[in-house]
Amino acid sequence: MTTAEPTDTAETTHRITLKINGRAYKQDVEPRKMLAYAIRDTGLRGTHVGCDSSSCGCCVVVLDGDTPVKSCTMFAVQAEGREITTVEGLGAPGALHPLQQAFWDQHGLQCGYCTPGMLMTSYAMLQHHTDPTDQEVREFLGGNLCRCTGYNNIVKAVQQAAQALRDDQAGKLDTLAAAATGGSQ
Amino acid sequence: MTTTPKEKHAMGKGMKRKEDPRFLTGQGNYVDDLVIPGMLSMAIVHSPYPHARIRSIDKTAALAVPGVKAVITGEDLVAASLGWLPTFHGFDKQMVLAVGKALFQHQEVAAVFAETREAAMDAVELVEVDYEPLDPVTSPFDAMKDETILRDDRDDKTNHIYHWESGHRDETDAALGDAEVVINEKVYSPRCHPAPLEPCGCVAQFDAMGRLTFHVTSQAPHVYRTAISLVTGIPEDKIRVVAPDIGGGFGNKVPVYPGYVCAIVGALILKTPVKWIETRTENLTTTGFARDYHMDVTIGAKKDGTVTALKVKTVADHGAFDAAADPTQYPAGMFGIVTGSYDFPVAFTELDAYFTNKAPGGVAYRCSFRVTEASYAIERGMDLLAGELKMDPAELRKKNFVQKDEFPYKSALGFTYDSGDYAGTLDHALNLIGYDELRKEQAEKRARGELMGIGLSTFTEVVGAGPSKHFDILGIKMFDSAEVRIHPTGTGIVRAGTKSQGQGHETTWAQIVAEELGLDPENLLVEEGDTDTAPYGLGTYASRSTPVAGAALALAARRVREKAKKVAAHLLEAAEDDVEWKDYQFSIMGAPEKSVTMKEVAFAAYTNPGEGNEPGLEASLYYDPPNMTFPHGTYIAVVDVDGETGEVKVRRFLAVDDCGTIINPTIVQGQVHGGLTEGFAISFMQEIPYDAQGNNMAPNFMEYLVPTAVESPVWETGHTVTPSPHHPIGAKGVGESPNVGSPAAFVNAVMDALSPLGVKHIDMPLTREKIWQAVRDAQGQKAGD
Ligand code: FES
Ligand code: FES
Repeated sequence: MTTAEPTDTAETTHRITLKINGRAYKQDVEPRKMLAYAIRDTGLRGTHVGCDSSSCGCCVVVLDGDTPVKSCTMFAVQAEGREITTVEGLGAPGALHPLQQAFWDQHGLQCGYCTPGMLMTSYAMLQHHTDPTDQEVREFLGGNLCRCTGYNNIVKAVQQAAQALRDDQAGKLDTLAAAATGGSQ
Repeated sequence: MTTTPKEKHAMGKGMKRKEDPRFLTGQGNYVDDLVIPGMLSMAIVHSPYPHARIRSIDKTAALAVPGVKAVITGEDLVAASLGWLPTFHGFDKQMVLAVGKALFQHQEVAAVFAETREAAMDAVELVEVDYEPLDPVTSPFDAMKDETILRDDRDDKTNHIYHWESGHRDETDAALGDAEVVINEKVYSPRCHPAPLEPCGCVAQFDAMGRLTFHVTSQAPHVYRTAISLVTGIPEDKIRVVAPDIGGGFGNKVPVYPGYVCAIVGALILKTPVKWIETRTENLTTTGFARDYHMDVTIGAKKDGTVTALKVKTVADHGAFDAAADPTQYPAGMFGIVTGSYDFPVAFTELDAYFTNKAPGGVAYRCSFRVTEASYAIERGMDLLAGELKMDPAELRKKNFVQKDEFPYKSALGFTYDSGDYAGTLDHALNLIGYDELRKEQAEKRARGELMGIGLSTFTEVVGAGPSKHFDILGIKMFDSAEVRIHPTGTGIVRAGTKSQGQGHETTWAQIVAEELGLDPENLLVEEGDTDTAPYGLGTYASRSTPVAGAALALAARRVREKAKKVAAHLLEAAEDDVEWKDYQFSIMGAPEKSVTMKEVAFAAYTNPGEGNEPGLEASLYYDPPNMTFPHGTYIAVVDVDGETGEVKVRRFLAVDDCGTIINPTIVQGQVHGGLTEGFAISFMQEIPYDAQGNNMAPNFMEYLVPTAVESPVWETGHTVTPSPHHPIGAKGVGESPNVGSPAAFVNAVMDALSPLGVKHIDMPLTREKIWQAVRDAQGQKAGD
């Protein structure tokens, strides 16, 4: 067996700052480094890699609050200055986001490997479409594969979350209305 | 003294999964999540040729890449006596890295170790391998001619691996000769791949004392520990295998792969931890594929539809090494279930397996070793017979079912079916879907020239591998184990030799034990997958967990209960014989108001066990099942086919499963949905084809199609319950039934739709193009008539 002498790994690297879930992470990255790996290198390991080739959606994160991207096919350097939301930014055990709660309630996950990507794509969709049809949910999730669940429960979960978020919004509007009208509504 | 309602009836409750919050918040603990300081990345060099002599390998350029630490080749491994690994099947061995010859495209040729993943990938490109391409053998039908012998390392100078048969050849031939009606068809179950979304991977680490900790995506961690010890010579006590959270397995994560051996060797020689995570292409091109069975099905029957004989001859393509994950004594797995749900008076099946220049394997892909192929063969066969006799396929099936009162039923191919109610399940499904109305609608549509199809599959599965008299892997008998420890405050820990890959064991195992002990499933922690703590078990695949480990868990809990009864008697100041377990607590017979809960007994077991009673409250148990279990079901697909474009629309799909006692209906339903989606994929889009030059034509998710939410149908489910008589809780296992049962339903539906055109059979996957072509050919033939 042949082993190499110790070598210097220094190459052309760029110092970037990734803003993830409201926190800034500094990193030296090669220009070819993919965002998924850069995110995982921060210690946030909820963003998964399933195919490396933008086919499976396990690596989806949300950019600037409402745009889902497959982080395995975006260079880390391209994310400089953008707001990145990962699954860790949604909620925590005991304080789940309505989407996470809905996936739990509806049994929308099994092995959990696709789940972060599913959640982030759904999260991005719900920023734009608060009342999607089942077919719209399916189409929005068309870039996210799941090998375990068969999707039916995922669709149900997204619908439950959409409803919860609408109720929440309605609740806020009711409070606003009550405040604005002196409670006469 | 009362128990809260929550603690009661843990069995049968659709409780939410205990494991989910960590997955939902990105805190799962998968192999790739493990990071150890100083850890190296390993990447593998693969052969671009399916068959080539390796003249030389030059590592110089690769070693010059900054950060690269080492490159190992097959010859290096041979020099260290690590060149070959045994296959689970036991009939063959497999090269870890190609030596002398590469035998399939993408075969592992060298391994590179570097400080970063990127550096390792760069170096892979720079390992210079001088190949002399040879003609590949890409079909088992060519291989059987033995013109080119692929494996010169073997004494047998033939590409034939084994012959296996079951049943009565002569009697079957005689019965077929006498039959009033005979149908025959060649059906192919194409090579496909389980493709879990998490690829395979591992982290190998030796500590200062030379002890190996091996984190790995394994469905069978204990078997891995034994296999690693046998391959490397590291004593088994110096190996700890940990299978953490696994992102889907479906059979793909049962075999031990060359990459694992290389990672361990790398960690050993470089004295630093090594991580290897497969790329998607590696996963699809080198690790355990499934199926690749060419089956020739013949059924004999009377004119009234009564079947009289079944014969199935199979040619199996095993690729370059016989790495099939079938148990040693069942080289063709449980293919003997090919008589299905029907009472065949006589049957015969035989199989011949061959080496070809394709990836090795043959895993139990969401099925118990070849049951998917068997079910597909018989369910297609029954439909072809129905077509020949112009009988309704439901009627034909009913006429031939093994009857409810005939169990235990000994099949012509030797299995003893435990229990079932085939007609009851079929009737339930026909009612649920409104079969008669659908047939009416179909007749109307046909009159208008529209192509609508209704397909049935009334399958019987065989799961729960298995009884030690029949089953082993690497010689290790296929029992399973459980350990139950109850803490003083009535919570506990449950450990099993299985390993969930998404099946929800943390919840269902807790439910089984909670049911037996009257405790709260929320407070029973389930642990699996760490060989340092879990009892030795054969792992999770082939739907064996509930039939085997589920039984072990129930029995271990009952042992705890026996022990607890003595303590309860002490607390109740009664003789042990006067104490009974009733309504989830111990009470004095005839005086139910005098009772104690398990929680109270647990505390006493550690504080006041009573004179002569052993303190503490735990038990462990190994379970060797007396028989396998035989879940069954009726699946019905309704499709519309567009003859102009070949497009199939699955309008409805109903799955009625009978898996015996249901532990958690929510989880069962989830398993059925997932399995149906995999069955749908196999039927309509998924295949790993090889071209005539031996190129793997589906090495990524652009070519190997996994259905998305857009294509996947909406699933309807139902169930009947026929408990297994020999399983302690009557459960049979369900995870693979939908994948086993559904392909035949889909294909039967499409063939039913095309039957007015005279199309009898098309091999899966039923792509648009194939259907369009078949319709065109049929129309051309009609026009030419
Ligand atoms: S890992 Fe990014 S899409 Fe598959
Ligand atoms: S839950 Fe396993 S891939 Fe979706």
